[in-house]
Amino acid sequence: MHMADALLSPAVGGVMWATTAATIAFCARKTQRDLDDRKVPLMGVLGAFIFAAQMINFTIPATGSSGHLGGGMILAILLGPYAALLVIASVLTVQALFFADGGLLALGCNIFNLGVFPCFIAYPLIYKPVAGDGSSPKRLAFGATLAAIVSLQLGALGVVLETVASGISALPLGDFLAAMLPIHFAIGLVEGLVTTAVISFVWKARPEILAYSAVSRPLGNLSIAKVLVGLGLAAIVTGGALSWFASSFPDGLEWSMAKTSGQEELEAPHQGIHHLLAGIQEKTAFLPDYAFQSNEPQASAPEASAPSWPAVDAGTTTSGLVGGGLTLFLAVAVGFLLRRRTQFR
Amino acid sequence: MANIESAFVDLGILDALAARDSIVHRLDPRVKVLTAAVFVLCVVSFDKYVIAAMLPFALFLSLILGLAGIPARFVLKRLVLVAPFAVLLGLFNPFFDRQILLHLGPVAVSGGWLSFLSILLRFGLTVGAMLTLIAVTGFNGVCMAMEKMGMPKIFAVQLLLLYRYIFVLADEGQRMHRARALRSFDGRGTGITTYGHLIGGLLLRTLDRAQRIHLAMLCRGFDGTIRTSRPPRLVARDVLLFALSCLLLIAMRRYDCSLLLGQFLTGLVP
Repeated sequence: MHMADALLSPAVGGVMWATTAATIAFCARKTQRDLDDRKVPLMGVLGAFIFAAQMINFTIPATGSSGHLGGGMILAILLGPYAALLVIASVLTVQALFFADGGLLALGCNIFNLGVFPCFIAYPLIYKPVAGDGSSPKRLAFGATLAAIVSLQLGALGVVLETVASGISALPLGDFLAAMLPIHFAIGLVEGLVTTAVISFVWKARPEILAYSAVSRPLGNLSIAKVLVGLGLAAIVTGGALSWFASSFPDGLEWSMAKTSGQEELEAPHQGIHHLLAGIQEKTAFLPDYAFQSNEPQASAPEASAPSWPAVDAGTTTSGLVGGGLTLFLAVAVGFLLRRRTQFR
Repeated sequence: MANIESAFVDLGILDALAARDSIVHRLDPRVKVLTAAVFVLCVVSFDKYVIAAMLPFALFLSLILGLAGIPARFVLKRLVLVAPFAVLLGLFNPFFDRQILLHLGPVAVSGGWLSFLSILLRFGLTVGAMLTLIAVTGFNGVCMAMEKMGMPKIFAVQLLLLYRYIFVLADEGQRMHRARALRSFDGRGTGITTYGHLIGGLLLRTLDRAQRIHLAMLCRGFDGTIRTSRPPRLVARDVLLFALSCLLLIAMRRYDCSLLLGQFLTGLVP
């Protein structure tokens, strides 16, 4: 469920990056303030623990498939929201840089989806009130499971909104949601069960660890959670609105020029392409009756601007193919030449 | 994360590559991080149907890899490992976007297929850029650069410590995995209960390790900051090369170089 750079538009990616950077700065200040410097190595090693735990699989009952720990809720429970967010962010950074899981620009989105939701929504608003001080195993199990489900649902929702707002993938919002939410409900349920299993093991073996983390971070910070939620929603909405303009038209500037002169909207229907394409789409569409596709203004926006794309002209196409092929050839050739040189040196 | 074990083996290779010496390696890490960021931004800001105009960026990557003496095989192998993910992401486009945008002789190509190819290319370029960055800079270099550019210090320390202990704990995880696999017949003992106990045990040992590490760090005078032995210094050459590569990247973003080259070549043949 890590997002990749390939599906992001700069507007969405940038907004999420800024939001995440602000959140990290805020959490860093918070963590540094109650710096118990025992926590510095603890955070680092717990991050590495998540990697280690992900190397061990378990079979999911009744399905035969296997899963592994995600770890967001466990970190939040052990470290409290601020330090946990830093640890999750660092884990995601390493995954992005070394395992190509995610991307540089997508890092903002990923940290937001997988870090902010468990740390600042699921943990303070669900786990803490339900599980209480953790002394009742049933409440702890229920709280951890519910929190994991909610945070994964929110994360999946975030992925869908960010992807659709970016407009690179052609998946309609409804279909994407219908695919993502049930899958992540199942994943969340499993994650919750695993979190419960691990936390209750720790509770039986070394209760003082959980007692320490439950006591030292009182729930006095609800207002901050609300602020962050508001900020995040604002970011999603702004990013979505920005990228809507950025992605469904060739260029923001061209779009605004066309808009002010009214050119594109006036000309497109006269050329007949619009009607033809609409007919084709009607016949061949994947789900013709689907509400999102029959939505006229949305569907017609890319079609209307289609004639202005350079790719349609045949001569340009040939030149593009020739030039593109040659560039690719050059890329490979440069690689080979330089490699030869470095080997001989 | 199926490839996680082989990926950990590769971590060592990455470190070895980052420790090499070349004109690219000698650049200030900040320059490299910023160039990578500009690169990724340029690539993702292309319209969703663009393919040819993105290819010069592959040329840029290829040039950097060549100058740094990083074997292209290394980057390509990783790309192939994660490619199924990109294919899965992009494969919906041909289904949902059936508008014909391009005619290649008798074959009509729909927008969906164009954007699918575009997604694959974006994926290759952005992931390639990231792997190249880490292979020519090293993780410590990237962290240092980010810290110099304003990343909170505690987060930098967190990243460095995490990276240091991944190797230790990954070994431990792998050992536990192997031990359980050797003792489990017919898939017994691979369920959630055993898993919870295994991971719980690992967690407890991790916490103990954290305490030992903290004591050891205190013995060596740890005061909450990690110092680096050679602070990076920005020299004129770094700034110049950064400006040059930025200019190049933005020019490649602004002008469709493939198209220009193609027009030039097809213009030669009357």
